[in-house]
Amino acid sequence: MRSAIFFCAFLHLLIFPQISGAKTWKVGSQFPNKSIQSAIDMSKDGDTILVASGTYHEKNITINKSVVVLGKGMPVLDGDGKYEIVSIKAWHVVFSGFKLQHTGYASLTDPAAIKIYNSNYVTVSDNVLDDTFFGIYAQYSKKSIIKNNKLTSFGKEEQQIGNGIHCWKSDSMQIIGNTITGHRDGIYFEFVTNSVIWRNHSVSNLRYGLHFMFSHDDAYVANVFSGNGAGVAVMFSHGVKMFYNTFSENWGDAAYGILLKEISDSYIEGNRFIKNTMGIFMEGANRVTLKRNTFHNNGWALKIFASCMDVTVSSNNFFGNTFDVGTNGTLVLNTFNGNYWDKYEGYDLNRDKIGDVPYRPISMYSVIIEKNPPAMILFRSIMVSLLDKTEKLIPSLTPENLKDETPSMKPLEL
Amino acid sequence: MNKVIKYVIIDILRSKIVLAYTLLLLIISFSVFSLEGNSTKGLLSLLNLILFIVPLVSIIFSTIYIYNSAEFIELLVSQPLKRKNIWSSLFSGLSVSLSLAFLVGTGLPIMFYEPSATGYVMVLVGCFLSVIFVGIAMLASVINRDKAKGIGAAILIWLYFALIFDGLVLFLLFQLSDYPLEKPMMIISGLNPIDLSRITVLLRLDESALMGYTGAVFKDFFGTNIGFITTLISLIIWILIPFAISLRRFKHKDL
Repeated sequence: MRSAIFFCAFLHLLIFPQISGAKTWKVGSQFPNKSIQSAIDMSKDGDTILVASGTYHEKNITINKSVVVLGKGMPVLDGDGKYEIVSIKAWHVVFSGFKLQHTGYASLTDPAAIKIYNSNYVTVSDNVLDDTFFGIYAQYSKKSIIKNNKLTSFGKEEQQIGNGIHCWKSDSMQIIGNTITGHRDGIYFEFVTNSVIWRNHSVSNLRYGLHFMFSHDDAYVANVFSGNGAGVAVMFSHGVKMFYNTFSENWGDAAYGILLKEISDSYIEGNRFIKNTMGIFMEGANRVTLKRNTFHNNGWALKIFASCMDVTVSSNNFFGNTFDVGTNGTLVLNTFNGNYWDKYEGYDLNRDKIGDVPYRPISMYSVIIEKNPPAMILFRSIMVSLLDKTEKLIPSLTPENLKDETPSMKPLEL
Repeated sequence: MNKVIKYVIIDILRSKIVLAYTLLLLIISFSVFSLEGNSTKGLLSLLNLILFIVPLVSIIFSTIYIYNSAEFIELLVSQPLKRKNIWSSLFSGLSVSLSLAFLVGTGLPIMFYEPSATGYVMVLVGCFLSVIFVGIAMLASVINRDKAKGIGAAILIWLYFALIFDGLVLFLLFQLSDYPLEKPMMIISGLNPIDLSRITVLLRLDESALMGYTGAVFKDFFGTNIGFITTLISLIIWILIPFAISLRRFKHKDL
C-alpha cells in the first residue's frame, strides 16, 4: 500500500514536473515586480502571475510561456490608443480577470485587446474590454476557450472598427457567455470548424451580430443576437447547428434575423425570430431543416429563394408577420408541413387539430412586389388587401406547390 | 356668412348621422388600440380604416346633405346674399362638422394611446381627407341635378380613389416595368389624396423598412421637411381645386 502511494507520487512528479516546481509571481506597485512583462520574462512554463489592481501602461504584453496570468481586483491594462495590449504566443495560457482598454486603431495590423497567435489550449476568461479595435482575436488556434468576457466598443463606422470576437483558421473553439456591443461584427468566424458558441449576447453591433464563412460543423446554442445593424449573416458553410437562439430587433432596409447563403446540411431549431425585417433569408441553401422555431412580428418571416433545395420547414409558429413567406420565381423544391400560421382561415372537420385545407403562405402581393419592386408603393392599400383575399380563394399567381398541407389549427407549444 | 355656417353646423349635428359616425370611429379606434398590444401596430390598423371609412362617409354624407338642403339653398339665394358666400358657408359647415367628428372619433384615441409625431400626422391627414372629400362631393352634387345620379357619381368617385386608381397604378407599373418608375410614382401618388396620405403616414412608421428601394427613394423626399410641406400643399390643392370648380358651377347654376 505504502509503495503504491509512493509510486503514484513518483509518477505524478514524472508527469507534471513543471507543476510541482511551479512558482507564483506577484506584480503590483507594492511588489518588487512592477511590470507584468518582466514577470513573464522571469517565469517558467507552468508558473502563475498574480497581478494586483492598478493601471498598467505596458505598450504590448507578450505571453510566450505557458503561464497563468490572473488579475486580482480587475487591474487595468491600457493600450494608450496605440498598441495591441496582450499577445498570447504560447500554448496552455490562462488569461483572466483584467480590464483592457484603449487599443490602437490600425487596419493593417488589426490590433486587438487580446490576440492569440498560433496557440492551442488557451483560456481567456472573465475580462472586461472597453474601447478596443478588435476585442479578442484568435488565429490558428485549437481547443481554446473564450468565456464570460464583456466587450464594449464605440464604433461609428464599419470601416473604422474591428470585430468583437474574431476567429480565423481555428478549430474546436468554445465561445461561451460573452457580451459584445458596439463592434463591427459581434462574433466573426472564418475557417473555424467544430466549435461551439453558447450563451453569448451580441447586441447593437454595427454590422452583424454573428458573421461566419467557411466555418463547418459549428453549433450555436442559446445566444441572443439583437439590434445589430444587419442581423446575422452565415455563408458558405455546412453542418451548421443553431438551437434556441434569439434573433430580434434587426430592423432596417438590409437587416436580417439570419441571412443564409450557400448553407447546407444544417439544422435551425427552437430559435425565436422577433421583429426583424426578414426573419430568415435563404439563398442557395440545401438540406436545411427549420423546426420548432417561432416567428413573431417580422416583416417577412421567411424569404426562400428558388435556388434553395430540400429545405424542410416544419412545426414552426408564425404570428403577426407582415408576410409569412416570400420567394422569387415559381420553382419550389422545399417542403412545408405542420406549421401554425396565424393567418390560416381553414377549418378542421375531424377535429384532429390539423387543418383540412392547405395553407398557402405566399400572398399575391408578395409575388407582385418580387416581380415589380416599385409596386411597394401600394403597400397597405385597400386594393392590395382585396387582391390578397381573392387570391386566397382562387389561387392563380402564387406558386402552385408552395403550401402547407397539414397546417396546425392551434399554436404549437414550443 | 357666419350665421349660415352656424346654422349648417347645428343642422348637421341635429341630424345625428354625424354623431353616429363619431361614435363608430370612437368604438373602432378604441377597440383597435386595445386589441393590438403594440400601439404602433394599432396605428397601422387604424390607418387602413381611416383611408377606407373617412373618405366614404365624407363624400356620401356631404352629397346627400347638399341634395336635401336644395330648398334651403333656394331660400338663401332669394335673400340678399352672395352665392359665393352661401356655397362657401355650406362647404365650411360640412368640413368643420366632419373634421370635428373625426377629431373626436379618432384624434382622441390617438392622443390617448399614441401621442407621437406619427399619430398627429395621422390625425392631420384624416382631417384633410374629410375636407377634400367634402369638396369633391359638392362638385359631384352641383354637376348632377338628379339626386340618384349625384349619389351614384359620389360613390363612383370614392371607388375610383380608394380602389381603381391603385389598380391603374399597378397596371402601369407592370406595363412600364422596364423603366425606373420610382420618381414618376411620386408625382402619380400626388394625383390621389388617399394614396398620398397613406404614403405620408406609412413612411413615418417602422414598416417603411419593408418597402426596400422604393421606400428609400420615397423616404428621401417625403421624409424631409420639404417633402412634408409639399405633401401638405398638394393636399391643400386637392381641397381648393374641386371646391373652386364647384363654386364656379354654382354661381352660374339655374336653380
